[in-house]
Amino acid sequence: MPGGVARKVEDLRLVNLTKQFGGTKAVDDLSITSPAGSFFALLGASGCGKTTTLRMVAGLEDPTHGQIFIGDQDVTELRAFQRPVNTVFQSYALFPHLDIFENVAFGLRRRGVKDVDDQVIAILELVELSALARRKPSQLSGGQQQRVAVARALINQPDVLLLDEPLGALDLKLRRQMQIELKRIQSEVGTTFVHVTHDQEEAMTMADTVAVMNAGRIEQMGHPAEVYELPRTIFVANFLGQSNLIQGMKVSTGDVVEVSANGLGFRIPSKRNVAPGQSIVIGVRPEKIMVLDAHDESKLPAGHNRIYGTVTDVSYTGVSTQYLVETPWGQSIIAFEQNSIVGDRCELGDPVVLGWAPEHTFGLDPAEGLNAGLDHAVLELESDTEA
Amino acid sequence: MRWIRQHLIGAIAIVVLLYLFLPIAVVIAFSFNNPESKFNLSWNEFSLDAWTQICGVPGVCSAFVTSVEIGLISTLFATILGTMIAFALVRYRFKGRSSTNLLIFMPMATPEIVMGSSLLALFLNLSFPLGPVTVMIAHIMFIISFVVVAVKARLQGMDPRLEEAARDLYASPSATFRYVTFPLVLPGILGAALLGFSLSFDDFIISFFNAGTLVTFPIYIWGAAQRGIPPQVNALASLVFIAALVIVLSAQFVAWRKRKSLSVR
Repeated sequence: MPGGVARKVEDLRLVNLTKQFGGTKAVDDLSITSPAGSFFALLGASGCGKTTTLRMVAGLEDPTHGQIFIGDQDVTELRAFQRPVNTVFQSYALFPHLDIFENVAFGLRRRGVKDVDDQVIAILELVELSALARRKPSQLSGGQQQRVAVARALINQPDVLLLDEPLGALDLKLRRQMQIELKRIQSEVGTTFVHVTHDQEEAMTMADTVAVMNAGRIEQMGHPAEVYELPRTIFVANFLGQSNLIQGMKVSTGDVVEVSANGLGFRIPSKRNVAPGQSIVIGVRPEKIMVLDAHDESKLPAGHNRIYGTVTDVSYTGVSTQYLVETPWGQSIIAFEQNSIVGDRCELGDPVVLGWAPEHTFGLDPAEGLNAGLDHAVLELESDTEA
Repeated sequence: MRWIRQHLIGAIAIVVLLYLFLPIAVVIAFSFNNPESKFNLSWNEFSLDAWTQICGVPGVCSAFVTSVEIGLISTLFATILGTMIAFALVRYRFKGRSSTNLLIFMPMATPEIVMGSSLLALFLNLSFPLGPVTVMIAHIMFIISFVVVAVKARLQGMDPRLEEAARDLYASPSATFRYVTFPLVLPGILGAALLGFSLSFDDFIISFFNAGTLVTFPIYIWGAAQRGIPPQVNALASLVFIAALVIVLSAQFVAWRKRKSLSVR
C-alpha cells in the first residue's frame, strides 16, 4: 500500500438485505459474509440483483430493509460519501474534465488531504501509469482507463473495494491480462474485494469465494472448485459451466444412493445428493465422462456409472475433443475428453459407452426444472445500463 | 476532367465562403468610405473618419452602449434562470414537468412579430412604462428558452455514473456539484450565454415594440436607414464582428495550447 502503512482489513456482512423496485424484489433477503481480505465474486445473469446489491453496499441505492456491516460498523444509514467503500464502475466513470492525476487524487482532496502527490504517484506506479499522469481519460486506451479507475478507488484505502463488471468493456485478451493484474493488486493491498460479474470463468479465476445469484437470492456460495464440483441446485449446475442432467427415481438409500433412470442404474454417494424426495436429478460434468468404444466396455472400472449411446457430433478443439452422444431415450450427453489418449478417437456414428465415477455424480432436487439457469440473460430487471 | 473532379469540392467551398463573407467584407470596407451623399452606398474615397470619430454621429454610440448593456443584463438573468430550469427539468420529476418542457419551447417557436406585439399589449394593459426594463423582460424571456435547451442537452448527455463516482469518492452533494456537475455543464452554459447575448444584441422586432423612447443599436440603424446610414455604423458593426472573431479564435487557441502541453508532457 502507498506509504506502507499497515491497516486493519475489514469484512463485509450483508444481513437480510432486500431491495424492492415497485412490485419486483431485485434483491431478496440476502445474507452474506465476505471475509476480511477475501476476493469475493457475485456471479449471476443480468437482472439477478447483483449490481443492485453492489450499489446498496456503495450507498448509491437504499435497501428496502436489511443491514450492511463493514467490520463492526453498521453503514446502512450512511450516505455514499460517508462510507469507507470505493467502487470501480462498469464504464469506469472517469471524470472527463480532469486529468489522470486529478482523477486519482479526487477522493483524497475531497477528504481534505493536503499533500496528495506522493500517494498519487505511488498508486500510479502500482498500476503502471506514472507516465500518463497528465493525460485526459479520453486519451487512454480501455485497459489504461480501467487501471485508472482501480487506482482512483484504491488510493483511498477503502475497507472494501467494489468492482462492478470492471472488465466487461475489454476484449478477451486484455480481459485475461487484467484478471491477473487485479488479482496481483488485490494480494498486494490485501483489501476485501467484491467483484460483480456475469462471466463465470472470470469469477472462478479470480475469486476465493463465489456466490451464484439468481432472482435476488444466493443459490450457492463457496470456493469456486467446491461450487463447480458439487453444485447444489440445477441453476448452479447449468449456469456455472455445463452439466449433463438425467431425471430418475431413488431405488435405495444409505451411504450410496441408488437411482434408476431410463432403465439404467446409477450410484451417488449420499453426501453428494440433495434431492429430498423419491424423485431426483443426477448430474455429471462433461469432463468427468470417459468415452469408450462399446467393445471396450471392459476397460471401464467396475462400479462406474455408465450410459450407452451413439456419437452424433465430434468437435476437436485442440486441448480436448467434445462429443455429443445420443442416448436410446433421445437425450444428448456432452462429454469432453483430453487429447492425451494414444490411439483412435471415437468417430461419428460409433456405438459408445460413457462412464464416470459415482464420486463425480451429484444429485439435485428436480423441483426447479431441468432448464433452470440455461436461458438466463433474458430478464433485464436490474438497472444495468440506466441508473 | 480529372483536375476538375479533384478540385471541385475546393472550388465549391470557396464560392460558399465568399457568399458568407462578402457581405461582411462590404460592411468593413464601407467603414473606410467617405460617402459623397448621405447614403453610404457607393465608394467615394478612403477615409478613417468613421473610425477616428466613431461616436461622431449623434446617438450612435449611446445606442450601441444601450444594446450592450441590455444584452449583458438580459443574458446574465436568463442564463441563471435557464440553467436552474434545465436542472429542475432533468433532475426532478414533478407534476407538469412535460408541459413545462413544451412551454419552454414556445418563445422560440412563436414569430417575433407576434411575441413583440402581444408583449406590448400586455405592458400597455398593465400601464407598465415602456423602456429598458420592458426590453430586458422581453429579452430574458426568449433567451431563457435557448439556455434551457442548451443546458438540458448537456445535462442529459452526462453519464449519471460520473456523479455517482464523485459521491463514492467522498464528495458531498455540494462538492459533487462544484467539482463534477458544474464543470461538465459549464461549456453548455457558456455557449448558451454567448448565443443569448448575440440574440439580444441583434434583436430588432421585439425591442422595437417594447422600447418606448429607448433607442437600441438595431433601432438606431433602422431609423438611420431612412435618412442614410453613417459609416460609423459600419465601423461599430465591424468592431462587433472583430470581437466575435477574437472570442472564437481565443477559444481555439486555448484548446490548441492544451493539446500541445499534453503532448509535451
